[in-house]
Amino acid sequence: MRIIIVGAGKVGLALTQQLSVENRVTVIDQNSQLIDNIINIYDVMGVCGNGASYEVQKEAEAEKAELLIATASSDEINILACLVAKKLGVEHTIARIRNPEYETQLRFMREELGLSMAINPEKATAREVARVLRFPAAMKLESFSKGRLELVEYRLSENSALDGMLLADLYRNIRVRVLICAVARKGETIIPTGEFVLHAGDKIYLTASPEQLSQFFRHLGVFRSRASSVMIVGASKMCYYLASELLEMGMSVKIIDQNEQRCVQMGEMLPRALVIVGDGTNSELLHEEGIEQTDAFVAITGLDEANILMSMSAAKQSGDCKVVAKINRKPLVDLVSAEHMIDSVVSAASVTTELIVQYVRAMQSASGAKVKTLHRLVDGAVEALEFGVSADVPFIGVPLKDLTLRSGILLAGIVRQSGQIVIPSGNDVLHENDDVIVVTTDTTLQDIHDILQ
Amino acid sequence: MNYQMIGYVNGRILLTEAALLALPMVVALLYGESAVPFLIPIAALVLTGLALSFRQPKRTALYARDGLAVVALAWIAVSAFGAVPFVLSGDIPSYVDAFFETVSGFTTTGASILTAVEPLSRGGLFWRSFTHWVGGMGVLVFVMAILPMSDGHGMHLLRAEVPGPSVGKLVSRMSDTAKILYGIYFVMTVIEIVLLLLGGMPLFDSCIHAFGSAGTGGFSCRNLSVGAYNSPYFDIVIGIFMLLFGVNFNLYYFLLIRRFRDVFHSEELRSYLLIVTAAVVAIAVDIVHIYGSAATSLRHAFFQVSSIITTTGYSSVDFNTWPTFSKAILVVLMFVGACAGSTGGGIKVARVVILIKASYGDMRRMLHPNAVSTVRFEGKPLTDRNLRSVHLFLTVYILVFTVSFLLLSLEQFDLITTFTALTACINNIGPGLELVGPMGNFAAFSPWSKLLLSFNMLVGRLEIFPTLLLFAPSIWKRRLLSRKIAP
Repeated sequence: MRIIIVGAGKVGLALTQQLSVENRVTVIDQNSQLIDNIINIYDVMGVCGNGASYEVQKEAEAEKAELLIATASSDEINILACLVAKKLGVEHTIARIRNPEYETQLRFMREELGLSMAINPEKATAREVARVLRFPAAMKLESFSKGRLELVEYRLSENSALDGMLLADLYRNIRVRVLICAVARKGETIIPTGEFVLHAGDKIYLTASPEQLSQFFRHLGVFRSRASSVMIVGASKMCYYLASELLEMGMSVKIIDQNEQRCVQMGEMLPRALVIVGDGTNSELLHEEGIEQTDAFVAITGLDEANILMSMSAAKQSGDCKVVAKINRKPLVDLVSAEHMIDSVVSAASVTTELIVQYVRAMQSASGAKVKTLHRLVDGAVEALEFGVSADVPFIGVPLKDLTLRSGILLAGIVRQSGQIVIPSGNDVLHENDDVIVVTTDTTLQDIHDILQ
Repeated sequence: MNYQMIGYVNGRILLTEAALLALPMVVALLYGESAVPFLIPIAALVLTGLALSFRQPKRTALYARDGLAVVALAWIAVSAFGAVPFVLSGDIPSYVDAFFETVSGFTTTGASILTAVEPLSRGGLFWRSFTHWVGGMGVLVFVMAILPMSDGHGMHLLRAEVPGPSVGKLVSRMSDTAKILYGIYFVMTVIEIVLLLLGGMPLFDSCIHAFGSAGTGGFSCRNLSVGAYNSPYFDIVIGIFMLLFGVNFNLYYFLLIRRFRDVFHSEELRSYLLIVTAAVVAIAVDIVHIYGSAATSLRHAFFQVSSIITTTGYSSVDFNTWPTFSKAILVVLMFVGACAGSTGGGIKVARVVILIKASYGDMRRMLHPNAVSTVRFEGKPLTDRNLRSVHLFLTVYILVFTVSFLLLSLEQFDLITTFTALTACINNIGPGLELVGPMGNFAAFSPWSKLLLSFNMLVGRLEIFPTLLLFAPSIWKRRLLSRKIAP
């Protein structure tokens, strides 16, 4: 597939990395330095110029492309780039649109201007933070099948009950139906079998229904109930989206920011939140505002370094407070998650990338069993995909133990049409209209037919 | 430095060369000659190639300096192995001579140490010219076309091998770009072979001359070069094709995808054609008293100009006997060279145009110290970095030339021979003037000078930096340091 990416920023770079392996990618950016960098590293074509201009798109041969992704820094350029591409004959166009003012007219843009997808990175990231706060024991939480099945990232601590446990004995010991579908250990990613032994320090990914998940964490003694009071530092756009979502869920929200004007604005927009003017790094202030009694602390200022430091100091001051930090720069994310300093890390770039890759994968998959949801785990080394099982899938009704799956592929869950969750074992069978979750290290998987050997 | 990856890529290149050597072997067998001189190097190449590329290294990233090192080492290795058939077949008994001849072939220079080429074995002759064809578009480009690199980072290789101040891909995939380039190259070569066959040239000679002009090399199978046929038809066909192969190949791709505007507005192409026209007219007027008719002198002027500016080095007459003015024009053309992104050598028309424009801009700034001036090329403004790299190229080029000139002058030849021998080698042309003129050869030089000239040919073909940086300590430094640290 031919793909054009407008904007070689953080998201553009991450998308190029993800998509350039199987697709013919052309990257457009105005900064020639960035273009030089990107074509030195990836096997893509670079075009230097304004991505919204007809001439530049012609030069990038947009008329031959199937998809254009506009992730330039300006919303207007992104929208215009998509419009031009549409008129040139590009079938699918995706734009990153951050301004909340355009938020309300998204439907108009989709229907009238022909945008296939509009992504608001701040809003998407806020959603991710809200999800994590709903289930604070996990580092990261993803849902499948409209929340009926959850996929959770969790790090085994030093004296975890799971340390040294054989996976085959898991159910006998804790009596909860969960499935460990991937393990990240010292830079290696493993799709485990029954003989796999867990170690402290492993990052495990498990699937289960929400109730089973709560039981699982209760059993481990690390359960934290849903956060009910949240402190947010940084009154940004993302803060607005996050706070409105949290308020809707019935949590109490405190927002701290140094800029008085922004605080006033935030207060006007969110009358139910408590907005405080002050320095989020000041521990005196945090104490005054009751960091000890807060369930969760979210640092989402514009500065990565400030977010990291604030989260670390907040974690120190309040032992059982869930700490979430927004970090945009990839090297810092790697560093922080390697050092286990902060409970959960979110990044707008990776959330956006994930959404777009999900869309692209769904586009690529042959008709029939489409990719319904896609989540990238362990930095994209593993993907969890949700497929709908259509009538033409040849192995409907065959017990799973009789299927020879390709290596590196695991069926991590089945959601029946009735909403019943099945953590698959050898005797289970797939029915038509089930949703099946496949976890795989093969990041080119597009079709459920391809899971067999 | 990623030594494993450098070895791996070089291994794959050697395997490719083994496959390429099979072609002259077939030719040798067809003419009833022994295949042994080719079988032995093929076996050696396969063994070394497999040993080097047996296992793909974990870390496949190639950075700028790895790319430069890969390209320089690959060209030296390919030439070193490629020289073996000449020695084994007895065509060229001395290895240094054979190495010179092979480097001259791969770098598309066409300078020869052979006093007579006609007695050579058919297989040897074919391989000698086939190296032109492979070297013209580039060994690594060829490898990329048939064995795509597993991941990116190939841009550094392309940049180090393809001539010109800036290198762009035609399409997003490196391997597709390489395939398109070689596709155009192949089709044009076949057309030339067919046209020569139609004119009555034997198939073998047609192939040899088509390879020689496609790679802008200049090896012939006749002592008198193209002049041996004394046919206006051949002169015109070969002359036009040399000129075509001296054009940036991107333009042919634009023609294919119907972007005609880009082709007609190409500043470099216009300058190139302008220079050629001016030179042909000036020389034709200058030599008309030798040949009598205007048509004949135009024909010879056109052939020689086309041959020299594209750095091919074929000759239809002995231009060493021409008046000094004509010879001076040819020597100037030797330095100008062909277009960037073509198979030709030299400084390149693009650089010459940029240098002249930049000088004009800078001089204008002497008169108007506060004036803002941007240098534009192909309609786009050039950044300071582009300009600096062009200036750097020229400076280092002159430095290498000067040092080599002094070293070569130790040979006690006359000044013109020494100067044009070096000019012909560093610009990848082949014949110079006087002793190394179109009817002469490089046999008289000592082995040391032959190695020096071989080095200059590589410097010219790879546009100086890969070859030169191979001697830069910082490229190899990390290894020395790590050795010191290791117990």
